[in-house]
Amino acid sequence: MHGPDVPGYRWRDEVQREVASTPDQTSRSLPFQVRGSLQTVLALRLLDPEHPEFLAKLVEKIAYAPDFYRDAPVVLDLAAVTDRQPVDLVALSEELRRHRLVPVGVQNAAPAWLEEAARAGLAVFAAGGGTAAAGARAGAQPRAGSRRAAAMVVREPVRGGQQVVASEGDLVVLAAVGHGAEIAAAGHIHVYAPLRGRAYAGIEGDENAMIFCDQLDAELVSIAGVYVVNEEIDAALLGRRVRISCRGDHLRLEPGP
Amino acid sequence: MSKVIVVTSGKGGVGKTTSAAALATGLAQRGHRTVVIDFDVGLRNLDLIMGCERRVVFDFVNVINDGIRLNQALIKDKRVDDLFILPTSQTRDKEALTREGVEKVIAELRKEFSYIICDSPAGIERGAQMALYYADEAVVVTNPEVSSVRDSDRILGILNSKSRRAEIGEEPIKQHLLLTRYDLDRVQRGDMLKLDDVLEILAIPVLGVIPNDPLVLQCSNVGMPVILEPKSRAGQAYADAVARLLGEQRELRFTQPQKRGLVDWLLRRSA
Repeated sequence: MHGPDVPGYRWRDEVQREVASTPDQTSRSLPFQVRGSLQTVLALRLLDPEHPEFLAKLVEKIAYAPDFYRDAPVVLDLAAVTDRQPVDLVALSEELRRHRLVPVGVQNAAPAWLEEAARAGLAVFAAGGGTAAAGARAGAQPRAGSRRAAAMVVREPVRGGQQVVASEGDLVVLAAVGHGAEIAAAGHIHVYAPLRGRAYAGIEGDENAMIFCDQLDAELVSIAGVYVVNEEIDAALLGRRVRISCRGDHLRLEPGP
Repeated sequence: MSKVIVVTSGKGGVGKTTSAAALATGLAQRGHRTVVIDFDVGLRNLDLIMGCERRVVFDFVNVINDGIRLNQALIKDKRVDDLFILPTSQTRDKEALTREGVEKVIAELRKEFSYIICDSPAGIERGAQMALYYADEAVVVTNPEVSSVRDSDRILGILNSKSRRAEIGEEPIKQHLLLTRYDLDRVQRGDMLKLDDVLEILAIPVLGVIPNDPLVLQCSNVGMPVILEPKSRAGQAYADAVARLLGEQRELRFTQPQKRGLVDWLLRRSA
């Protein structure tokens, strides 16, 4: 009933249903599907890649939260080095892998760097990301339509291990976000209860996104890829009503009213 | 109408089997026809706690896979009428449980029993998910310590997303907190979390607080559900929990410091 049987393949029920609803008739016989997907990825913004202590400092940073960085995919943000001569990205990637980071691509690369990126097997991402330098970001404004969706409202507690993603608009959570839970939104995040898990606002790169919560005890908060972990949060703010905004390369946390 | 209640926790060693045995026994004592099922395939303990390990012939896994009739596997308790045990296999693993098989057994038990108590294995994998899948209510067993509370939070998320009720969009599983091994002295010293701290994180209604009680271990060792030992404070707290499960109002006991006894008072005065 779902088109020709291909010897050697058997679609599982749900796959069959999805495929049947695809207008592209030929995809019925493919053994895979191509889907868009959205991931938040760490951006490593190169400011001075030739600094003699570049790696030592990086290792220091990693040692600070090793679990967070272990095997994490990383995009090299080259916005701050557009006018420099390209550095050896093959060697840099090697070094990053040695420290269990997984370089996957570059963003905001000047044309001169593209060849080097290709040599290192790194994908070239469209300019984007909240970590880009202001000057290099003219074309990287968040898509105007990306914030038009209505806010997503969650009334139940978000428990450890659960993820809630509002991929197009704001996210409003009316119950506690537990340790080990993750919430993410393209726009703002409001939590009218304790926030104990991780919150990622502006996942499509909107630096104007903010995070509001009634009781801050988050493991990590991030806006447009700029993040702080719990240990870095001023102890005076923990347990309090806090609003968080992005200021360039750092987050600003201030007590709420 | 019958109710399927899963006793679960995420974390191991917090008292799931002890609690499942006590609650099932308490429900049967109150005249409700009750069966308690051991879902911990490969690590069966329930029959030990219930003291029927030497009467096991067939088990839950045989019923699912080997065409054994349910009546051949059910063990009738010798102490309490209306109480039955469905033990599990020691030699198989969790893969022996299939969703269809579990569904068939539960559907059959529903015809005969008012309460079906599912004693879940630890963890959040297949075994635990099988135990909670068909549940109407869940008793989340938690110890007053951080790792147990975190795991309980995790299992609450799974109850809300991976149960049958969640999948078909029925009314969600009714959740109850059962705080076990509550040691007032250690709570007061700050070594253990207070009931209020646990409630703040988990935010579900309390079914009971079971005090730490050496009689629990003694009863387990002789295969007697602790609720059958009237001297035991844990047993009394379980009886309260059973009453609350049946919709009665009972004041929480064993959560406040006890009043000093007379001898204690005299000793203090003379000191």
